[in-house]
Amino acid sequence: MSEQAAPRRRNRGRYEGDVPREHYLNVAYGLKSWLLTVDHKRIAILYLLSITGFFAIGGLFAAIIRMELMTPTGDLMSSEVYNRVFTLHGVVMVFFFLIPSIPAVFGNFFLPMMIGAKDLAFPRINLASWYIYTIGGIFTLAAIIAGGVDTGWTFYTPYSSTYSNSAVALTAIGVFINGFSSIFTGLNFIVSIHKMRAPGLTWMRLPLFVWAHYAASIIMILGTPVVAIAIFLIAVERLLGVGIFDPALGGDPILYQHLFWFYSHPAVYIMILPSMGVMSEVIACFSRKRIFGYAFIAASSLAIAVVGFLVWGHHMFVSGQSAYVSMVFSVLSMLVAVPSAVKVFNWLATLWRGSISFETPMLYAFGFLGLFTVGGLTGLYLGTLATDVHLHDSYFIVAHFHYIMVGGAVMGYLAAVHFWWPKMTGRMYSEFWGRLSAGLLFIGFNLTFFPQFLLGYMGMPRRYHFYPDEWQVLNVLSTAGASILGIAYLIPIIYLVYSLRYGPIAGPNPWHATGLEWTTASPPPQHNFETTPTVTEEPYDYSKAIENVAITPGAGPESPPSPAAPRS
Amino acid sequence: MNGSQLPPLLPPSASTVSGELDLLFAYITAISVFFAVGIAVALAVLAVLYRRKPGDGPPPQIHGSTALELVWTVIPLLIVMSFFVWGTDLFFRMRTPPIEPLEIFVVGKQWMWKIQHQEGPREINELHIPVGQPIKLTMTSEDVIHSFSVPAFRVKQDVLPGRYTTMWFEATKTGTFHLFCTEYCGTEHAGMGGSIIVMEPNEYQVWLGGGGAGESLTDAGERLFGQLGCATCHGDQAGARGPSLTGVYNSEVSLAGGGSVTADESYLRESILEPATNIVAGYDAIMPTYRGQISEEGVLQLVAYIRSLGDPAAAGATGAAAAGEAGQ
Ligand code: HEC
Ligand SMILES: [Cu+2]
Ligand SMILES: [Cu+2]
Repeated sequence: MSEQAAPRRRNRGRYEGDVPREHYLNVAYGLKSWLLTVDHKRIAILYLLSITGFFAIGGLFAAIIRMELMTPTGDLMSSEVYNRVFTLHGVVMVFFFLIPSIPAVFGNFFLPMMIGAKDLAFPRINLASWYIYTIGGIFTLAAIIAGGVDTGWTFYTPYSSTYSNSAVALTAIGVFINGFSSIFTGLNFIVSIHKMRAPGLTWMRLPLFVWAHYAASIIMILGTPVVAIAIFLIAVERLLGVGIFDPALGGDPILYQHLFWFYSHPAVYIMILPSMGVMSEVIACFSRKRIFGYAFIAASSLAIAVVGFLVWGHHMFVSGQSAYVSMVFSVLSMLVAVPSAVKVFNWLATLWRGSISFETPMLYAFGFLGLFTVGGLTGLYLGTLATDVHLHDSYFIVAHFHYIMVGGAVMGYLAAVHFWWPKMTGRMYSEFWGRLSAGLLFIGFNLTFFPQFLLGYMGMPRRYHFYPDEWQVLNVLSTAGASILGIAYLIPIIYLVYSLRYGPIAGPNPWHATGLEWTTASPPPQHNFETTPTVTEEPYDYSKAIENVAITPGAGPESPPSPAAPRS
Repeated sequence: MNGSQLPPLLPPSASTVSGELDLLFAYITAISVFFAVGIAVALAVLAVLYRRKPGDGPPPQIHGSTALELVWTVIPLLIVMSFFVWGTDLFFRMRTPPIEPLEIFVVGKQWMWKIQHQEGPREINELHIPVGQPIKLTMTSEDVIHSFSVPAFRVKQDVLPGRYTTMWFEATKTGTFHLFCTEYCGTEHAGMGGSIIVMEPNEYQVWLGGGGAGESLTDAGERLFGQLGCATCHGDQAGARGPSLTGVYNSEVSLAGGGSVTADESYLRESILEPATNIVAGYDAIMPTYRGQISEEGVLQLVAYIRSLGDPAAAGATGAAAAGEAGQ
C-alpha cells in the first residue's frame, strides 16, 4: 500500500524504499495522543525520552565526580555535597537508566514485533508502567531538591535507616515505586512471549533478543519485589522508628544486605541480558550468518537468570558472614561466569566464515565484546575469596562494574539505538559520525576506567572524596578519559536528532536483516503488520543474497501463510 | 625534575599473606590477559579475514557444534574452579588466626578509629604494632558499619554495630602504612583513616611503656566491674544472685530455654547489654541491661576482665581448677 507515498524529502544514499503514508508516529498528533497512548511503540518512545533525560542527569553527576577527583584534596565541594553527588549518580543511573534502558525502550518496541504481535499482552499495564516510572523518578528528583541523599545507591543500613541526615525516605519511596514499573514490564513480556507468538513461531524460532528478555523478565518479576520491600522497610524504619535493621533498635543491619543483594546481583543481569540479546541480533546481521550455537545462547540466558539468584553473598565476603557461606557463594559465582563466557565464544564463532561489514551498530557490538570480556574476567577476581578481601569496596570494583554496566549494558544500548533507529524513525543517521563516536566512546571509556583497576589494587577505597597524593596521576588520567567519554555521548544526540529531519529515508530494511520487525514498513504502521505474519523458518536465516532479502513493506516472509500451527 | 618520578603501581607488600595474595592475583591476571588478548586478536583476525568484499555471495550458514560448546564450557569451568580452590584456601588461612596472637581492640565510630591495647595505651586513628607477631583485632562499631582496611597487608573486615568481628594479620616489614575505612559511613568517610605503624618488637615495648602507661585493659575492666556493681550479683560466694563469671569465657553455657552457647566475646557483650536475650539455666532474669550506660570501649574492658577470670580452653590440661585460681 505504501508505494504511492511519494517521498517528500531527499532520498540520498543507498537505502531504498519510502516512508509509508501512515505510521505509528503520524496516526495522531498532540500531547494527549502520546500521554494516553497504549501503543507499545509510542510507549517505547516515551521511555526513550525519559531515560535519555535521566541518563543526562546521571552523566552530569558523573562529570562532577570526575572533576572533584582530579585533585587529591577535595577542593571543589564539601564532603556533604560530594557524597550526594555520587549517590545520585548511582541511584539515577541504576534505577532510572540502566534497568529500564533496553527492556523498556527496545523490548517494548520490538519484542511484540519480533513475535509477530500487534502489541504486548497488556497495553494499559504497559502505559501504567511508564507512569509509575515517571512518578518514581519525580520522587527521586524531588529528593534532590529536598537536599539530596547521601547513602550511596546501596542504601546500607543502619546508616540509611538511622544516621543519614538527608532525604532518604523520599528517594527510597521513589525507588520503591519505580520497582513496580519493572515488574509490570517483566510481566507483560512473559505473558506476551507465551501467548502472542505468531503462527509458526515456535520457541526455537524466537530471536535471541526475545529469549534474553524472557530471562531478564523472570528476574524482574522475582527479584524486584524483594528490593522494593527492603528499601521500603528503610523508609518505615526512618519514619516510624520500627527496629528492623538498626541494632540499636533491635534490628539486624546484615539482613538488609542480604535482601538488597538478593535483587541487586540479579539486577546486573536485568541490565546485561537484554544487551546480550542485542548482540546476537547485531552480530548475526552484520556478519550475515546464522548465529552460532543458537540453543546454547538461549539456554545460557536462562542459566544466568537462575544461577544469578544464588550468588548474592559474594557482595558480603568481608561483612562478617560465615566463611563457609562465603565459600558456597564463591563457587556459585564462578559457575555463573561460565554461561557468559559461552556466549562470547559463540558470538566469535558466528563471525567465523561470515561476510562482515562494519556499520555503526557492529562497531558498538565489537566494543561490547572487548569491554564485556574485561568486565567479566575482572569479576573473577571478586568471586575469588582471597582476592576479594583486598579488592572489596575499592576502585577495582568501581572499574569492574563500569566495564559491565557501561562497557556491556550501555554499549549494547547504543548498538540497539543505532541498529533500530531506522526502523523506529524511518531515517538513517550519519554513518560517519556514528562510527566516529563509537570509536571515541571506546577510547574514552578505557581511559576512564582502566586506571581505576590499578587504583583499586593499590587500595584506593570507593566513595572517597579525597585521597592520598600518590594516586593523583591515575585519577587525572581517568578524568581525562571521562571528558572524551562525555563528548562521545553528546555526538549521537546531535546526529540522531538531525537525522529525524534530514536523514536519508531508511526503507523497511536498510540492513537487509532477518526478523519480523524488518518485514514491515519503517516507521511501522500502527498495528505493526498489515497482515499477521506466519513464520516458517528458523531465525537468522542469512542464506539469501542481500539483494533477495524481502524488503516489501507489510509483506510477511515469502512463503505462503500456512494455517495457524499449534504452538509448542 | 627529581620530583617527577611516577608513583608505584603496586601497594607495599607487608604482611605474611600479601605475597601469596599477589601471586594469586598474578595467576588470575595471567589467565585473564591470555583470554582478553586472545579474544581481541581473534576478533581482529576474523574481522579482517571475513570482511565483506564486493561480489561476495551469502556465507555458509553454520548451526553450531556441540563438541565445541562442550570444550568452551568445560575449559573455563576448570579454570575458574582453580581460582576458587586457591582463593578459598588462602581465604581460610587469612581468617584463622594463629594461636596466641597479640590481641588489640578496636571501636569504630563516625569518623575515627579508637584503639585499645591490652597493656593500657589507647590511640586514635593510629595503630602501633610489632613486626613479626600475629595481631588479632576484635572490633565493633558505635554507630554505623565501617570497615577496617589495610591495603599493604591485603586485609579488610567490616566493623558492625551490635556485634564483634575479628581479623588478624602479621606484619613482615616495619614502616607506616595506610589504614582506611572502606565501608561508606557518612560525611567524613574519606577522612576516617590513619596509619598502621609497624615497629621492631623492642621499640614496640618501649612505645607501650611510654604511651601514658595507664591501667591495663583488664584493670580498667575490673574497676568498671566494681563501679557498676556487677560484683554484687556476680561475687563468687555461694548463693550469689548471678552465676560465677570465673572460667565462663569459652565455656559451654546451658541456657534456660534449653540448648547451650559458647561464651565467646560476642556472647559476653550481649549478656551485658541485652541480658534478656540468653538466660543462664538455673537463674532468674534479674540482671539489668547496661545498654546506654557503658560505652563500647567500656564493654570491651569488661569483656577483657571477664576473660582474664579464666578460660577453660586456654587452661587446657590443668583444667578448671587452674582457671578458678586465676580468678582470685
Ligand atoms: C541484679 C544482679 C546482677 C547484676 C547487678 C549484674 N548481673 Fe550479670 N547476671 C545476673 C544473672 C541473674 C545472670 C544469669 C541470668 C542471665 O543470663 O540473665 C547474669 C548473667 C551474666 C553473664 C552471663 C554469665 C554466664 O554464665 O553465661 C554475664 C557475662 C554477666 N551477667 C555480666 C555482668 C556484668 C559485666 C555486670 C556489671 C556490668 C553484671 N553482670 C551485673 C545478675 C546480675
Ligand atoms: Cu553480584
Ligand atoms: Cu567508616
